[in-house]
Amino acid sequence: MTTLLFLEQTLNGLQQGVMLFLMAAGLTLVFGIMHLLNLAHGSLYMVGAYVCATVTQASGSFLIGLACALGASAATGMVIEVLAMRRLYNREHLDQVLATFGIILFFNELVKILWGPQALFLNPPDFLNGTIEVLPDTPYPTYRLFIIATGLVVALGLRHLILNTRVGMLIRAGATHREMVGALGVNIDWLYTIVFGLGAMLAGLAGALAGPMLAIQVGMGENILILTFVVIIVGGVGSIRGALVGALLVGLVDTYVRAFLPMGLREVLEPASADSIGAAISGMGIYILMAVVLLFKPNGLFQAYGDN
Amino acid sequence: MKFIPSVLGICAAAGLSLGVANAAQEPVKIGMITTLSGGGASLGIDIRDGFDLAVKMKNGMLGGVKTEVITIDDARKVGNAKQIATRMIKQDNVDIVTGIVWSNLAMAVVPSVTKAGKIYISTNAGPSALAGKACSPNYFNVAWQNDNLHEAMGKYATDKGVKKAYILAPNYPAGKDALVGFKRFFKGEVIGEVYTKLGQVDYAAEIANLRAAKPDAVYFFLPGGMGINFVKQYNQAGLSKTTPLYGPAFSFDEGILKAVGEAALGVYNSSQYSWDLDNAANKAFVEAFRAEYKRNPSLYASQGYDAAMLIDSAIAEVKGDLSNQDAFRAAIKAAKFDSVRGAFKFGSNNHPIQDIYVREVVKSDTGVTNKTIGKVFTDHADAFASQCKM
Repeated sequence: MTTLLFLEQTLNGLQQGVMLFLMAAGLTLVFGIMHLLNLAHGSLYMVGAYVCATVTQASGSFLIGLACALGASAATGMVIEVLAMRRLYNREHLDQVLATFGIILFFNELVKILWGPQALFLNPPDFLNGTIEVLPDTPYPTYRLFIIATGLVVALGLRHLILNTRVGMLIRAGATHREMVGALGVNIDWLYTIVFGLGAMLAGLAGALAGPMLAIQVGMGENILILTFVVIIVGGVGSIRGALVGALLVGLVDTYVRAFLPMGLREVLEPASADSIGAAISGMGIYILMAVVLLFKPNGLFQAYGDN
Repeated sequence: MKFIPSVLGICAAAGLSLGVANAAQEPVKIGMITTLSGGGASLGIDIRDGFDLAVKMKNGMLGGVKTEVITIDDARKVGNAKQIATRMIKQDNVDIVTGIVWSNLAMAVVPSVTKAGKIYISTNAGPSALAGKACSPNYFNVAWQNDNLHEAMGKYATDKGVKKAYILAPNYPAGKDALVGFKRFFKGEVIGEVYTKLGQVDYAAEIANLRAAKPDAVYFFLPGGMGINFVKQYNQAGLSKTTPLYGPAFSFDEGILKAVGEAALGVYNSSQYSWDLDNAANKAFVEAFRAEYKRNPSLYASQGYDAAMLIDSAIAEVKGDLSNQDAFRAAIKAAKFDSVRGAFKFGSNNHPIQDIYVREVVKSDTGVTNKTIGKVFTDHADAFASQCKM
């Protein structure tokens, strides 16, 4: 009984971790390679969710919605990169924070003008809208299993892209020797635009996948952004592998602490104080994790390629 | 910060200068501070739309006096709300302030408004302090005291024979009040009481624990986006088939139902208002609201509308003379207006004494919506009136 609950919570932790990974992978690439602190990453997540919900409703197919969301968020990301981000690469981090915070406000208002303040409706597609008994007596939502599978496929795909393809090689080279790569005739500006678009597409994928589970509303990307920053700090800035490990760690720790800490406290304290103390501490779980990791590994768990 | 001053009455009244005697009279100025942007904006928008509709239906003349409504967005921020209130009191010199959605904003603003000698009419927030020890003769609540709808659900769950309940709310004062209110009238056993993070997005961990605890029913208070997240995930976990969900109307207002869809079917929730209530005032309101805004009015919209109608009745009662504050306060307290919720009067602490209904979420030809199925409380007052000395 308790073992089953533990395993179910592990699945929940993995699923949360996978969502965080999709966000963190893009953010860490942009931060590690372009040295750009992009607070507006959450806006691309929101764009993904809104486009997916709208297209799914119009076309009746979630998969078409998903595909359009990927295209739209990648395109939005590339347009932002060309219009705004490009001017920020050589600026201070504080300038970047200010500018990208402005972009958040811009997108929140734009989405409100286009779609209105009401939350949108989106359900999982019928073939994923049910439960599967993955463990005896423990029905688990099929849609969450689908998210775990998608995330792992994306992780493998990214690994292949970075390590085994020409684009991946240029990304790695561009991170450390920008001028040298440029001197060899590669258009660095376009390379950055592509990397930014890729990160935006991953954020859009996360948003579109989250849509059927969450409220699709203005500002939805800001909640997940804070956790995403924790992930890339834990994992090591710029490292995709770090993003994956960090995301899974954060997802698991957050889930375990939320699920089991109040329960455990109830064994030793009276229920009323156990509930309030449990609720207070479980909100801190991942930040305690981050502090511990930074204590022993000030640069995060994994070094980015450039610093090897 | 965005200022959206909408000076309604003027144009409407200019074209239709009805009462000749009133033409020279000073216009009544009403300051509306509410949340029109950011998280939770849909609540403030409903309140504003309900209020504006009433002013429009009265041709811009509440109680026969030209009415000027100054509406400003607080973006759900305490600092903004305080600043706007100060401006309205000192600069615009309004007669009445209204519109605040959230209890924490109300606690920061209301005492300074009432101390400055202005009338405050609450269209939503009803924190226990303002109903009890910190009550004021200048403060009237036309919605409910915060605990009311939760108390009704506690009673309803008991009546339905729920023995073991699992309850959850966000970890902030109104969340704790909600669960206290539920427990005040729930006679069964509470086998789990969970406080989640305010603004939490994913409830998978809580839902797994909840399933393992095997309750008869689940009671939850998660307003706005949190409620949408929770209901969708609860349904996807297959729990809605085995364990019924109970909640206050805040977890199932019309906006939330639109976003949740059929995942909410069969859920019970408590409300002092529902658009299908059968009375003449409500029929006129629902018809006008649908014609104006192309949607069903939520309880928030009804509260905004009732606030304007209450002001209308009081101004008419004193024949437009607001200079005698005692008479004006007595006229408000008399509440001689037809509330769209049916019977309505003020208790000794200026909070409503009203009926509370239970509704079921059903599918209708206008989509997923609430259907009133019964009355839980008749003439229900709040638990704090005895602490109010005024």
